[in-house]
Amino acid sequence: MRGSHRSHANYWAFGLHRISGILLALFLPIHFHVLYLAVHNDSVFDEFVYWAESPLVKVAETVLVVLLALHLTGGVRLLAIEFFPWRDWQKTIVAVTTGLSLATGLIFLLNVI
Amino acid sequence: MREENLIVSVWRGDGEQGEYVDYRVPREESQTVLDVVTYIQRKIDPTLSYRFSCRVGMCGSCAMTVNGKPRWTCRTHVSKVAPDGKLSVGPLRIMNVVKDLSVEMSDFFEKWVRAEGRFHPTKTRYDDFDAIKPADNKRKIASAGIECIGCGICYSGCDVVAWKAEYLGPAALNRAWTLVNDVRDGGQIARLNAIAGDAGCHACHSQQGCVENCPKHLNPTASIAGLKRVTAFAALKGGLK
Repeated sequence: MRGSHRSHANYWAFGLHRISGILLALFLPIHFHVLYLAVHNDSVFDEFVYWAESPLVKVAETVLVVLLALHLTGGVRLLAIEFFPWRDWQKTIVAVTTGLSLATGLIFLLNVI
Repeated sequence: MREENLIVSVWRGDGEQGEYVDYRVPREESQTVLDVVTYIQRKIDPTLSYRFSCRVGMCGSCAMTVNGKPRWTCRTHVSKVAPDGKLSVGPLRIMNVVKDLSVEMSDFFEKWVRAEGRFHPTKTRYDDFDAIKPADNKRKIASAGIECIGCGICYSGCDVVAWKAEYLGPAALNRAWTLVNDVRDGGQIARLNAIAGDAGCHACHSQQGCVENCPKHLNPTASIAGLKRVTAFAALKGGLK
């Protein structure tokens, strides 16, 4: 029976928070570039909006929504650890934040379909 | 059916050179990992180096990495960690290996000093005792953290220590938190300054490996969270350097 000092829910929550943060940071310049197009280059922006309706982009958008939700709920979880009295049900909090994030993605997907 | 022999891989060598060597050790009822290591040294290879003292979970000297996780070996039953009869025993990670299973713990304990982990008395022997009620809130918080045996398991299981060598680590910060809640202590400003820096409590990512692995079931993450609050409010009030 082998394990690792990393094999527990709170470490995975840390990992999810870190990975979602990095991916969102990579997404942000693209987001700003599209906003720039909306102001300065109408025709290219219209083409982009048309392209963004394709199913693959919608799937990517769903992933983006899940990433945002993961990073938001994970951040609230960390603030709660640091500024509220300690609670012993940390693993439950990890499960709830992850569940909420996946549910947010599902709701987004349902709206798209 | 239990195997008659355990297959035990033990780290032999120092921090730079070495390898895991397999030993066959007879399986016994109620056998601990420390019993296994002791059997190897006494019956198979007397050159094996490891550290232990009390054998009853008080002294904190027998911590090793057992099947990938840091554990106190004297209180870790083989049946719990190796139901398949395979055991891997290595030195604690992060700390430098002296030889085989013995690690250099100077950094670990120097960080307790750096975290102002010593008591600063405010009274002399001629003064009367402080009367502190056990139900006092600060006393309860301090009591929750004082049972640390200094085994280094939390430190060895913390990735922040692995990534940031100067980070004070969960044990030293937990110690600082017990003293922050000791109303008799007169070194609070120096202590808050010591633990508020880059290497202090704010470096903690709340991964909670320390809570997960602490054999005494202490909660260094909660202690560090307490330090984060106290230092944040002290900084707002201008109480930090």
